[in-house]
Order: sequence, then structure tokens, then C-alpha cells
Amino acid sequence: MTDLIVNGRTHHLDVDPSTPLLYVLRDDLGLVAAKFGCGLGQCGACTVLVDDQPVFSCLTPIAALPGRQVTTVEGLGTEKNPGAVQKAFEIEQAAQCGYCIPGMMARAEGLLRRTTTPSEAEMRAAMSPSLCRCGTHMRILRAVRRAAAMRGGGVTDPAEPVA
Amino acid sequence: MAASLRDSQHELARHAVLPENPRVTQTTDRRRRTILGVLLVCALLFIGFLVFAHRPAIAEIAPPPRGTFAAAEIDRGAAVALIGNCTSCHSAAGGRPFAGGVPIKTQFGTLHGTNITPDPATGIGRWSEAAFARAMREGVARDGSHLYPAFPYDHFSSIADPDIHALYAYLMTRTPVRAEVPANRLIPPLGFRPLLAGWKLLFFRPARFTPAPQHDAPWNRGAYLGEALAHCSGCHSPRGPLGDEKRNRPYDGGWAEGWYAPPLNASSPAVRAWTADRLHTYLRTGLSSTHAAAAGPMGEVARNLAQVPDADVRAIATYYASLLAGAPAARHEPALPDRKPAAAKAQPEGAALFAGACAACHEPGAPMIVAGRPPLPLGTQFHENNPRDLIQTILHGVSPPVGAQGPYMPAFRGTLTDAQVAKVVAYLQARYGSVRWSNLEKEVVKARKEGQP
Repeated sequence: MTDLIVNGRTHHLDVDPSTPLLYVLRDDLGLVAAKFGCGLGQCGACTVLVDDQPVFSCLTPIAALPGRQVTTVEGLGTEKNPGAVQKAFEIEQAAQCGYCIPGMMARAEGLLRRTTTPSEAEMRAAMSPSLCRCGTHMRILRAVRRAAAMRGGGVTDPAEPVA
Repeated sequence: MAASLRDSQHELARHAVLPENPRVTQTTDRRRRTILGVLLVCALLFIGFLVFAHRPAIAEIAPPPRGTFAAAEIDRGAAVALIGNCTSCHSAAGGRPFAGGVPIKTQFGTLHGTNITPDPATGIGRWSEAAFARAMREGVARDGSHLYPAFPYDHFSSIADPDIHALYAYLMTRTPVRAEVPANRLIPPLGFRPLLAGWKLLFFRPARFTPAPQHDAPWNRGAYLGEALAHCSGCHSPRGPLGDEKRNRPYDGGWAEGWYAPPLNASSPAVRAWTADRLHTYLRTGLSSTHAAAAGPMGEVARNLAQVPDADVRAIATYYASLLAGAPAARHEPALPDRKPAAAKAQPEGAALFAGACAACHEPGAPMIVAGRPPLPLGTQFHENNPRDLIQTILHGVSPPVGAQGPYMPAFRGTLTDAQVAKVVAYLQARYGSVRWSNLEKEVVKARKEGQP
């Protein structure tokens, strides 16, 4: 049995310790926000937070997680009461097909937990490991800037102001 | 009242020690004279040292207009800058090219790469070519101040005149960037630059490059490029306590930005021979299918060398292949055992972490291996006398090789804790390693600290 803390709740799981977190989230816990993309840590669709750091959940074995806090997009807010990052992505209509968006939101959340006043370059560097094939990057960046402002900070040298 | 009492006591005391004995007077005077003498000698020595350390400023010039330089000179200068790896210290991540500000961590504190764009106020726009050449060859700035040897003038002193001229032409035609560089943070008194004259007296031996007559032209060209311009030994040789490159142990392995730069001589730990062809591919693309991918500071070296004339990279490969000709792998390429079951038994936690985090790319038959990436046991990291490069590769991943196709290694620094990285390394060592490492968790903590920018 392995204990896994996800969004503040502890789950007792009977899984092989080498099982990637992504499979456990989706198949055992029914938390399907994080997506399977490449399975090789290249695309970022599976990104979740572990102790506030973004990680590729497809390459994070359960064995690495005892005592550590996993946060998925489900943990950022609800449909009725979305978190700042979720609300900002909605306002900026940052999703096209939406497949990359949970990973993008997890990554944005990780950045804003470290600092609510990142520079534009810091923000771009933090977001860069996640890929979007629809090309909504500019909207995604707008959403992150907005989320930073909604959390009482703001990107210090924004490439464009929050409208 | 109390004060006057103390005064009178003091007075009494003074009378009590008043020198009645002439011998006491003599001794005190002699001591005083000795102290004065020592102070005087120190002051003279200090003044003498300042005179010795003094270098005159070279007059400012009006920034030369772009038309001053021929296109061919500028092009050659671009290649010189790439081979010299200038951007590693002078172009900050996310910053403007050559505008400086890169923090360089040393055991003496943190230095910052300077702004070498032709900005007249914050860059080198007002430097004449003579001032530039003196900085390159003698480590002295235009204003006469000594430069820290993190700037490798101990190598650059051997650069030929035409290359200095081409580099000047290239840098003076870059876009000027007005950017002040953050102040250095060094252990006192190392911020006092005249001290560097002392360092130079001890360690700096400027010399022009002289070709070795017993070798052919490509070898000599490679020796010149590798020693004078690319300053490979700056990272791949050990350094003394004062940061001096140990000239008696060239290419015996050294340290760079928290990574280990393995030996490039007969003690190379590589398990496959470094032929000139393999080195050429590695330096040009950042990937050798028989060794490893260029990671850490070497990644940027390969990205730079991908953009210079091919003959130059061939020459560098020729020279280093000759230095590596005495290495064990040049005589015999050993079989590489895969002790998977034994390793899993000895390191079950490391095995589980490896299976979940690494196996998708690194087990035999995985997509990376099929795509021609080197199988793990070929990686030189597994055979070095310390685990640093293996740890840093896990923590930081590998930036994509030049023209990379397919996946490249992501960073695991957020995924795995120090203890977990240590377990993966212990498992890998048990499975593929040829060297005994110890204190792995401590090594991971150290690697994480030293690898931070």
C-alpha cells in the first residue's frame, strides 16, 4: 500500500510503486484534468504540481511521492468557484482544443505560488516546457499575466498590459 | 567628584610607571622605532606594489562607424566569437547578446560577465582596437584596471593578430545595448583589483602560439583553436587553490558551473575511443552515439561550434583525438555488462524510481535508443571518478542537441528529491557503473547547490 496526497486528500493505493502518477490520477482517482500526451516528458500535457513544483506526471513514479503534496487542476477551484488561474484562462479564452490547458494552468499556478510578480522573461521561461499545438500561446500568456494581477501581483514588465 | 578621584588615581599611576630607569626608556624607544620602521617598509612595499600593478588607461575613442570594418572581417570575427564561446559569460539567458550580466560563481564569490556590446556608456564602444587587444592579451581593461582571470586571458594571449582584429570588428558592429552589469560580490579584499597583478605575477605566462613542427597543419590549426581561442583546458584541467589552471596536469579533468569536465588525455574515462570523426560529430551536433550528449556548459559549446566553418571543427577534433589517443578506450573498447537483476535486488527503491521515471526512454528498445541515442552504459558519466555529471544530467536534463529530432531528456530536479536522485544513481551504478562512488546523497545536495545559476 502506498499513501498519496492529492489536492490535500490522502489516498491509500495498492499499485506498483513504479506506476506513473498520471495513470493513478486518471485511472484510479478519476482526476482526468492532466492529459497523456507523449509519455516522454516532452509536451507538458500531463503537468501537475508536486510540492508546488511543476512536474511531468507521466514520468513521476508513485515511489517518488510519499509525504509530498500533489496538486492537480481539480485542486485549483471548482466550476462554480474557479481559482484565479482558472478564471483568468476563461476570461482570456486561452483554450482552443484545450488539451494542453490543464498542464498550462498547473505550470502557471506553480509560477504564481513562487512569485506573483514574475518578469515577462521569467513567466515565459516557466511556461515554455508546455507545448500548445493550436497556437494560442499569446492568449495563454495573457491569462498568466491576468492571473498574476488577480492574485495581487502582476508581471513586472508585461509585453502587453492586462486589458 | 568621582571623576576627579579617578583622575588623581590615574595621575598616581602615571607617576608610578614614569621611567626613572634609562634602560626602560631605551627599550620603549627602540620598540617604537621598530614599529615605525616596519610600518614604513609596509607602506613602501604597498606603494611599490601599486606602482608595479599600475597600468595606464588607454584614451577613449569615438565609437567607430560600422563602415570601418570589411564584411569578411566581421564574418570571421563571428566565427572567432563562437569558437571562443564568448556568449557563455557575456550573454545572459533571456538577455540581449553580449550585454553581459551572466553571474559566474567561483570559490571567491560571484563575478558578472561584462557588457561587450559597442555601447559607449556601458559597453566597449569607446575602446580602441589597442585597448581591446590589451584586454584580450593582458587582462587589463581600457581604464587600466586589471580583469579577473575568469576572463581567460591566459589563453587569449595566444590569439593571433588577425583573429583579435576580426573579433574587434565583429563586436564593434553588434547592436549596442545600454546595460549596467551588477556589481561583483567577492570575498574581501578580492574586490581590490590591483591584487590581480600579484595573481598574474604568480600564474600568468602570456605566450604567442607556436606551431609544433612534428605535426601537420590541421593538427596545429586545432591546437591553436583549442588552446588559444576555445580555451578547452579552462574547464577540462584541474585548478589550484587560487583558481590557477594546473599547467603540469593539462586536461586531467576539471570543474565548470557545477559540472565535471572529464579528462581529455590518456586518463579519459570514456569506454569508446574518441576518434577524430566521433569528436567532430560530437562537437558539431552535441551528440555522439558512442559516448553521450553534450550537457551542462558543454551544450552551449556544441551549439556554438555548429555554426562555424567545418574545417575549424575538424581541426579541433584532430587535435583532441591525438591527446586522447593514449586513453584506455583507444586500445580496447570493453564489453558493457547490464546487471539489471542484481541491481534491482541491491537497490529496489532506485529500481522502482528508474522504472517509472527513466525506463520509457532508456531501457533497451525504447524510442530514444532506437533513434540512435547512446545506450546508458556508453555514457561517459557512468565511468567518471565522481558521480557529478550523472547527477546533474538527472537534475537538469539535456538541452536538445543541434538539429535534434525526437525526444530529449527533461529535467527531474522538481520530480525527484535529493534522496531519490541518490537512489537512482546508486541503482544505475550497480547496473552499469565501472567506478565505486560513495556519499551519494551528499553529492546530490552539493550538485544541486553548485549547479544553480
